[in-house]
Amino acid sequence: MEKVMVKGTEAIGEAAIRAGCRHFFGYPITPQSELPEYMSKRLPEVDGVFLQTESEVATVNMLYGAACTGTRVMTSTSSPGFSLMMEGVSYMACAQLPAVFVNVVRGGPGLGDIQPAQGDYWQATKGGGHGDYKLIVLAPATVQEAVDLTVLAFDLADKYRTPTLILADGLLGQMMEPVEFPEFRDLSTLPDHSSWAMTGAKGRKPHIITSFDIDPYILEKMNLELVKKYREIEKNEVRWEEFKTEDADIVITAFGTVARIAKSVVEMARKDGLKVGLFRPITVWPFPYEPLKKLAEKVDLFFDVEMNMGQMLEDVKLAIGGEKPVAFYSRMGGVVPTPNEIYEALKKEFGRRE
Amino acid sequence: MPKVKGYIEIDQERCKGCGLCIKACPTKVIDFSESFNSKGYHPAEAKYLDRCIACGFCYRMCPDVCITVYREE
Amino acid sequence: MKKLLYKMPESLSGKEFTYCPGCHHGIVHRLIAEVIDELGIREKTLVVAPIGCSVFAYQFFNMDGTIAAHGRAPAVATGMKRARPDLYVFTYQGDGDLAAIGTAEIMHAANRGEKVTTIFINNAIYGMTGGQMAPTTLLGMKTTTTPYGRDAQKDGYPMHMCEFLKEAKGVAYLARTKVTTPQDVEKTKKAIKKAFLAQVKGIGFGLVEVLSTCPTNWGMDPISAMKWLEENMIPEYPLGVFIDKVGDEK
Ligand SMILES: Cc1ncc(C[n+]2csc(CCOP(=O)(O)OP(=O)(O)O)c2C)c(N)n1
Ligand code: SF4
Ligand code: SF4
Ligand code: SF4
Ligand SMILES: [Mg+2]
Repeated sequence: MEKVMVKGTEAIGEAAIRAGCRHFFGYPITPQSELPEYMSKRLPEVDGVFLQTESEVATVNMLYGAACTGTRVMTSTSSPGFSLMMEGVSYMACAQLPAVFVNVVRGGPGLGDIQPAQGDYWQATKGGGHGDYKLIVLAPATVQEAVDLTVLAFDLADKYRTPTLILADGLLGQMMEPVEFPEFRDLSTLPDHSSWAMTGAKGRKPHIITSFDIDPYILEKMNLELVKKYREIEKNEVRWEEFKTEDADIVITAFGTVARIAKSVVEMARKDGLKVGLFRPITVWPFPYEPLKKLAEKVDLFFDVEMNMGQMLEDVKLAIGGEKPVAFYSRMGGVVPTPNEIYEALKKEFGRRE
Repeated sequence: MPKVKGYIEIDQERCKGCGLCIKACPTKVIDFSESFNSKGYHPAEAKYLDRCIACGFCYRMCPDVCITVYREE
Repeated sequence: MKKLLYKMPESLSGKEFTYCPGCHHGIVHRLIAEVIDELGIREKTLVVAPIGCSVFAYQFFNMDGTIAAHGRAPAVATGMKRARPDLYVFTYQGDGDLAAIGTAEIMHAANRGEKVTTIFINNAIYGMTGGQMAPTTLLGMKTTTTPYGRDAQKDGYPMHMCEFLKEAKGVAYLARTKVTTPQDVEKTKKAIKKAFLAQVKGIGFGLVEVLSTCPTNWGMDPISAMKWLEENMIPEYPLGVFIDKVGDEK
């Protein structure tokens, strides 16, 4: 397959179609409107359905409905829109409905701005909606990875019957990069959901899909079933990248766009003879606690960089467990840190400790 | 004598004693039973079945689908 | 020889309803089931239950079902129908569900002409949560959140959903009915059938609003509640067929 130049948002859309997704529901919001726009043009070409909805609240419930029928379905939004979807996401997690969400995170809180940010990490990984649930959250750092993780997001959603989330930001969304798309998935080879999906009770008992039981003992059983599934996901699906960590004294921890910038910082530092590496969670849930803990055995200093007030920082500290110092550098409100400023901050931190 | 002769069955265990069937019946076939069902209601009872004309009004009004209606042929 | 005339429809599961004695939810459930039986579409029909007293509706119908988040049933139905246009989808919603929290979803599903059917139970109150004011509560009517009676200045006016929806071009069938007499029940059944036919024939969105009693939260016995409905709700909510693009049933 040859490489083509595409924008992040469109790459995600095309990847979804290649993955066998033929249904997209969405409401416009900057900085991700190119994705629904792309889908509105592209889906009819492959006999798919694109629907511009009346709100993000309607959107998530349309996903719920389509997913009930066992159909691959997707939406994309940005921060305030994802907040509006939270009730429905919680319903879907409990009802065990597979679907793929994309949150192209922008500056917040509130209306915020339309620049890239990472302030929705907590919402994505710790809950966001009500009740005990988790989403599988994938954080791409390049356009190629956005393509690959979109396909994975559909496969994991189906495998575990759970909503999955691509946590991106406006920088990745707008970026043009050469990517290689996967082949089109033969729709007849998509996972079989006939054992639970709502397809009409013909010659069988009705299939009921709910996030509800009035009996607390039964609801607790449903909860425990979810917990079991989440433990399984934690066991099987942790993904991360390490870059030049073999001999590193200092390791930068970062995800998504910031991790991409941090790679340049590693190179800059290496040129100056500083042994700096990068640890990048790809699944921010399940978070790679174990590999990071292991890394902590041989590293002197961790340097967490994020575009938020220190959200993943909590997971980094949890993984490292107080054994090693964790410094933190951040920009917020949609300001993207430059490699230079990160490097300067890192050197200062390193100097202070020597 | 009415031309059509009807016959109804009431699932008294299902019945909630709301009385909608009693009110609807044009020939006063149904009344409350003196006894209780296991839910604690006085269920409807087809006390004067010989008057039934199989109009189905009781069935139509019953909110709990307790009534089955037949026509004697 | 006894010939069977009326019995439990096949499209009901047979599970006992959880409704209070005399509550009209049950009558309307049975009518929907009869219509689905008559159309022969049970095996291809999906039910979307709401949040409200009829949250258990998915258990009462003998077909695949789910519960939508409060007010979102028309969006859930849209997702289902767009994913499986070969199936039939209906939502069953109360007045809090459809006319308060879910106003946007019902308006837009109707306006898009989604080929789904909605049965709307207007009992002028929030039944499930214990009798609070609904958008459809009558002026002067006492509820647990309008203890002095609904006051137009403070609480606004009773909401007329059919009158709003009749402007939506995507609607193929729209009617308001009641079920206080056997004749009304028959009329309501005809209306429900048309609302389903609007979908089956692929014409557009169908909705039937059924004025219903909530004896429990109105604080009345079932028979008095029906009398109260006749005397108070009918003047506020005139019955009738607002839109019929289905034509005569064939
Ligand atoms: C998001 C949300 N808000 C509020 C509720 C609480 N709630 C449950 S049912 C209900 C009102 C239902 O009234 P209606 O739709 O009129 O149905 P009825 O019980 O009268 O049939 C409310 C407010 C909820 N479940 N979810
Ligand atoms: S079928 Fe008619 S006459 Fe017979 S009991 Fe019922 S309402 Fe009365
Ligand atoms: S209408 Fe039904 S529930 Fe009510 S009293 Fe008659 S049989 Fe019983
Ligand atoms: S509370 Fe009202 S609406 Fe709910 S079941 Fe009882 S009578 Fe019916
Ligand atoms: Mg109500």
